[in-house]
Amino acid sequence: MQRVISALAEVKDPEMPMVSLAELGMIYDVDHQQGHVTVKLLPTFVGCPALQLMRTQVESRLVGIEGVASVDVQFVMDESWTTDRITEEGRKKILEFGIAPPSAEFAPHKAPSCSYCGSTNTEVVSMFGPSACRAIYYCKTCNQPFEGMKFV
Amino acid sequence: MQQAEQQRNNRYHEALIDFLYQMADDELTIGHRGSEWLGVAPDLEEDIAFSSISQDEVGHATFYFELLSELGEGDPDQLAFARTANQRKNARLLERPNHDWAYTIARGYFYDVFDHLRLQELLQSNYIPLQKGVQKILREERYHLLHMETWFERLAKAQGEAKERLEKAITAIWTDLPDLFSLGQSGEILREEGIFPISESTLYDKWAQQVKALFDHSGLTWPAKQNETLENGRLGVHSSDLQDLLNVMTEVYRSDLTATW
Repeated sequence: MQRVISALAEVKDPEMPMVSLAELGMIYDVDHQQGHVTVKLLPTFVGCPALQLMRTQVESRLVGIEGVASVDVQFVMDESWTTDRITEEGRKKILEFGIAPPSAEFAPHKAPSCSYCGSTNTEVVSMFGPSACRAIYYCKTCNQPFEGMKFV
Repeated sequence: MQQAEQQRNNRYHEALIDFLYQMADDELTIGHRGSEWLGVAPDLEEDIAFSSISQDEVGHATFYFELLSELGEGDPDQLAFARTANQRKNARLLERPNHDWAYTIARGYFYDVFDHLRLQELLQSNYIPLQKGVQKILREERYHLLHMETWFERLAKAQGEAKERLEKAITAIWTDLPDLFSLGQSGEILREEGIFPISESTLYDKWAQQVKALFDHSGLTWPAKQNETLENGRLGVHSSDLQDLLNVMTEVYRSDLTATW
């Protein structure tokens, strides 16, 4: 089981490859029984187009580990993924990559601190960005647009 | 006794399936119309916003089609792409072409308020897979509603051409509104069975209260309530606009029915 967990920790998010699925809090449950592993994942957004890619990545990383003969990846919709599930380590890596981590509440009119210079002199450009989970902001100190993960 | 139980189960099952088709078809239809702005929206931010919103809507449709599939309705892709126009249960308003930006915003705002109310009521549904999925979907939909509301108010307060176009759009949309609030053939049963807890008229009243507040705030005149017509999308009666939409939306799917996507 420990080997499976460690291997799973290496599977990155296809759209934000600096963080793992585990750091995003997407792993809901892992079960290992007689060579068969079932991984239950929480999709960040219901319509996330990267789900099939994640399924393939998890399968190909786990199949072939000693003691793992088959892998089944399931997506769980009974429980809501929220941005509160992202780990501290995950938030740190997201920021290092240049994306502001999500706020702790639904505050769509408030921009986070700039992910490049840390300034709080920022504004919201659009709540919709390059992927469903990201928004676009603008920093008036370093005069640059930057991205942030939006609270869900 | 057993027969009575069975009849009750059939009644529940049929009403649930009918309602899930309404939700799935609404989301897929508006999601497809929204995607038509890709590359031609008024500015780059809206290009991205409409693509992102449409991706969410189609994703929600996928979720509802998967629930239908689990209830024995067949393959989700086939449900989305292979059903004919008269098998579809979306409100007629959603199949209309986009017309101009004002029409798109007004329709988007009216639909999102409605959808939000429908989802909030579903938090009380006794069909647990739907009730739980809706909790997640609501967290996404509030961003759509906020976006449409912001634009609607902006156009209304802009005066000049923007307001004229918005008023023209509202007039056009108003005649298409009635079946948005229809629950089709299953309305009463949905309530009695605890699948969807409120009536069509309560749903409309809640909607009207919320939308009228923004009309008043933005200086728009509230039109008279439209009488119901026999043309009800919830019963599979659609305009030719739906067929036009399906011809485009299913073109790739029809080109190779055996392909794996």
